[in-house]
Amino acid sequence: MEETSVPKFFMRDGALELSSTKELVHLEARDLSVYYGKRVGVGRVNLSLYRNRVTAFIGPSGCGKTTFLRSLNRMHDLTPNVRVQGQVLLDGSDIYGPGTDPIQIRRRIGMVFQKPTAFPTLSVYDNVVAGLKMVGLRDRKRLDEAAERSLQQAALWDEVKDRLRAPAAGLSGGQQQRLTIARALAVEPEILLMDEPTASLDPISTQAIEDLLGTLKQQVTIAIVTHNMQQAARISDYTAYFLNGELIEMDSTSKMFTKPNDKRTEAYITGRFG
Amino acid sequence: MNRDLNLRRRYWRDRLMLLLLGIGTVLALLVLFLVMGYALVNGVAALNWDFFTKDMKPPGETGGGLRQAIVGTIIVDGLGLLLALPIGIAAGSLLAEYPDHPLTPPIRTLADTLNGMPAILKGLVVFVLIVKPMGTFSGFAGAVALGFIMVPIITRATEGVLTLVPKEIREAGLALGLPRWRVILSLILPAARAGIVTGVILAFARAAGEAAPLLFTSFGNPFLTTDPLKPMDTLPLRLFQFAISPYADWHRQAWAAGLVLFALIVLASALARWATRRRL
Repeated sequence: MEETSVPKFFMRDGALELSSTKELVHLEARDLSVYYGKRVGVGRVNLSLYRNRVTAFIGPSGCGKTTFLRSLNRMHDLTPNVRVQGQVLLDGSDIYGPGTDPIQIRRRIGMVFQKPTAFPTLSVYDNVVAGLKMVGLRDRKRLDEAAERSLQQAALWDEVKDRLRAPAAGLSGGQQQRLTIARALAVEPEILLMDEPTASLDPISTQAIEDLLGTLKQQVTIAIVTHNMQQAARISDYTAYFLNGELIEMDSTSKMFTKPNDKRTEAYITGRFG
Repeated sequence: MNRDLNLRRRYWRDRLMLLLLGIGTVLALLVLFLVMGYALVNGVAALNWDFFTKDMKPPGETGGGLRQAIVGTIIVDGLGLLLALPIGIAAGSLLAEYPDHPLTPPIRTLADTLNGMPAILKGLVVFVLIVKPMGTFSGFAGAVALGFIMVPIITRATEGVLTLVPKEIREAGLALGLPRWRVILSLILPAARAGIVTGVILAFARAAGEAAPLLFTSFGNPFLTTDPLKPMDTLPLRLFQFAISPYADWHRQAWAAGLVLFALIVLASALARWATRRRL
């Protein structure tokens, strides 16, 4: 684990200092580029996620924030024609390095998607423990514990504890999204990547999930893509602004929303653009 | 005013389209009911307890049944399905889930070619591959021939349904750190279950109606046998032989054989639906 008193955050045109102190780097992208065929999806991004912090990725549609997020746990591996270049260091070792097993990586770096995707053929309970049961964990007691713990963490336990055997497809959209969060947490990842997790939810479910992040970050490092700047301001410790496949800047959220370094960031945040 | 007129015209056009759709549906159903009704009227006369409990009689003698063909059909068709099911579903999964796999294009071409190949030719292939080396016609050889008919249909149906499963389910499974084969087996195939069952039923019904590929594989047998390594009787085969015979009694029994075959297929479909129904 790398400790930096003044975390460095590099840009193409040189180093830039963050305003915070004493943060632990958990995941670090170095010169990371993602190509769709010949087209550049994301170009040469250098960015760190800090341990037990929430980092928000903001930027207009098509700016590459989701593309970047998906490269952080090798979700691009199965998409034909997508090529990833550069390094992603998880506690210092490259997840794209030779001999690295993407399955192991994804157990350490979980992901929650934009669309609530409860597995339609499984019960609420089986959804939550899918990541454990399907790799061979059969111990009833440990499964029960994991199910209750993760549903508690996802603030869903009270709503579903009496219908654990019911089909997951019967839950509301907001509940299904929290179910997918519980499912991701059940395998005890260190890092949770969230791709617009509240985009298809109503304000109350959104609130529930936002509240959740505050407590979750005590256990996991979180990166969240959001279209909603108020949301980024509310929930994140750090904010990264993407534009046209480039990382424009990243800094503590309070600094980004008050006095960003780049005038493009300022234009976006003040609503003059995007 | 003008807009009202326009609206009225659109309503009329809607009614016209509905009428055309209705006529089309009735025409399609009419054919089905004609076939069924004709088989029913002609076959019911020969249907009695003996038909199910006695084996066939030699030509000229009236009475007897087709027990040996009914039992044979169940064995040959069931065995064929058992052989075709895992191969078809596995191949379909490969085509849908591993589009970049080097075996995918040849398997797709193979499935399409096999699908278009006349059934009698498949029987001939099985004759060369199995009947000749084993030195005897057998129910097993017939099952393989029917399997040849079912495999490409199941393969293509499975592929089609699997591509309809939202990619979010795959990604959600992989994001949990599940290996790819586990995602396919435990998440994607169950999600596509209803569609796969439809494909399997279609394949089964298609194969169960075939007589040609059985001519020189299972061959036929006037006596009851449950040994799949012996020549075995089947309903389509018996139907064909009875239908081209000069005996009125056999003609009636041919109709009844058709009726029973039809009922068996309907029964098998219902059973498949029931066995794979959603339990949640």
